[in-house]
Amino acid sequence: MRIRSIPMREVHVWEFPVRLYHWINALCITTLCITGFLIGNPLAFMKGTEAYLNYWFGTVRFIHFVSAFTFFFNFIFRIYWGFVGNEFSRWYNFIPLKRCQWKEIMDVIKVDVLQVTNKQIDSIGHNSLASLIYFITFLIFLLQCLTGFGMYSAMSNAFLPKLFAWIVPFLGGDMHVRQIHHILMWGFILFAFVHVYLVFYHDYIERRGVTSSMIGGWKFIEEDVIERHENKSEDCPKT
Amino acid sequence: MENKQPSFYEEVRGDGISRKDFLKFCATMAAFLGLESSGIGQIVKALETKPRLPVIWFHFQECTCCSESFIRASHPIVANIVLDKISLDYQETLMAASGFQAEEAYKSVMAKHPGEYIVMVEGSIPIENEAYCCIGGRSALQILEEAVKNAKAVVAWGNCASAGCVQAASPNPTGAQPVHKVISGKPVINVQGCPPIADVMAGVVVHLLTFDRIPQLDELGRPKAFYSRRVHDTCYRRANFDAGLFVESFDDEGAKRGYCLYKMGCKGPVTYNSCGIIKWNDGISYPIQSGHPCIGCSEAGFWDNGPFYQHLPSIAGFGIETTADKIGLGLGVATAVGIAGHAIVTNIRKHREITNAPEPSSESETPKVL
Repeated sequence: MRIRSIPMREVHVWEFPVRLYHWINALCITTLCITGFLIGNPLAFMKGTEAYLNYWFGTVRFIHFVSAFTFFFNFIFRIYWGFVGNEFSRWYNFIPLKRCQWKEIMDVIKVDVLQVTNKQIDSIGHNSLASLIYFITFLIFLLQCLTGFGMYSAMSNAFLPKLFAWIVPFLGGDMHVRQIHHILMWGFILFAFVHVYLVFYHDYIERRGVTSSMIGGWKFIEEDVIERHENKSEDCPKT
Repeated sequence: MENKQPSFYEEVRGDGISRKDFLKFCATMAAFLGLESSGIGQIVKALETKPRLPVIWFHFQECTCCSESFIRASHPIVANIVLDKISLDYQETLMAASGFQAEEAYKSVMAKHPGEYIVMVEGSIPIENEAYCCIGGRSALQILEEAVKNAKAVVAWGNCASAGCVQAASPNPTGAQPVHKVISGKPVINVQGCPPIADVMAGVVVHLLTFDRIPQLDELGRPKAFYSRRVHDTCYRRANFDAGLFVESFDDEGAKRGYCLYKMGCKGPVTYNSCGIIKWNDGISYPIQSGHPCIGCSEAGFWDNGPFYQHLPSIAGFGIETTADKIGLGLGVATAVGIAGHAIVTNIRKHREITNAPEPSSESETPKVL
């Protein structure tokens, strides 16, 4: 029997609103991708019937739109939480403006992506590379909202979608907007694959309980890491 | 009295059109323009009293299908209003004059009616090399710039003049540009379509004549009265779309039952036009009613968003007929391969970590993999 005795402590990393955001987001993205795919290439499984007897495609589109609104407001909420949440959820984690963040990005590439060196990454929340990728996905979220509501504005008189009506002429017409919206969907799908894999990977290698941390909010962190974290100089965000 | 320009009403009465037909035309136009019923009276009054609109009509890089659309309008007044009854002093396709006389005709309009005449343009303007389109030794750009200087407004007929159409499609060898990209300082009305519907063209002219100002335009410069709704939203097959009933080939049962043409590449959901309401050839039919998907001819860049019979457009730079889905799937496979490779390396690393871990006290063999 192999037993390790590493001094660890539990750290409350993901507050409840962050976890709620994460799972609503995951649900919305899954729904949006499935319904989006159907809208782009509907299944013609019904034949020999009349239009007034059916409404399944209208329902698919309705689900897509409802999920889109949920996704949008959830996204807005997460941006707000980036200003009021704990240190791990703050906005400055996501934008690498500090030298030490870039240093950690290089470290993570060497340790976790290329696996050429074996060194502990100290981050308690997201590591700097993960944060940067999330920042890029936030930009994709934004573009997806702009193009989606832009297309939706043509069939709505509501206040919110009308705010996005300018995007259609800006991009030169609905054809281009739809194409961009469809391409960006693939960004979501590829992100989801890599994201789930990397959660497994980090849990497997680092054994800090990252998978369950998005359910319970707590992570197991080595004591020396916590110590270094607390002694970090002010010029670098504590992540 | 000799020089007084006859009004539109006097002209059509002279052609033997009854007052009843004239009023019917006015009522139709008011409906197309989305006016309230008092608007009919305004149109009647304007057409009865106002002198004809001085117009210079240019043909640049185009196929004349806009003019053709107009000539084919079956309602006589609709055709008349542009071809005879506005003061069409210069129209390359239809005027009798040629050469020096033709040049004189349009110069005299510019001299006689500064600030009043309307410039109507069919076709795009080459910018890369202006020599691609020259009339009377001058380039399209030079002619247009001179004519627009003292014009009241500019009407861009069709997709060529509004968005460049086929000449501006990739690779755009002549550097074709629509009117609104090459002139500034004048209102430009983009009457989109390849060609635009004749009744829409007449509606724009009637509006200019009646209200003495340009119609309300959308963000892309198109008259809102005709281009504010998608072909999809006004399609009589829309119920089939919502029901999920689709045509999958031109000879299947769905096609016979008149199901939605979405999967046949119909661009109705991304195209703003009034084909579904006004229709073509005196309201007889329009492409979708005839069983053919909309190709999106009133949208900018519709040639480059093909193929016509495919819902998702091809992506330029990835070869012909490569859609976002194919590229996405390729990237997905590449990602899966990357993940698999990474996972293998990870397991080797993990295995080493376990076997190299110090074994406290216990001397047992065969380390268990976690």
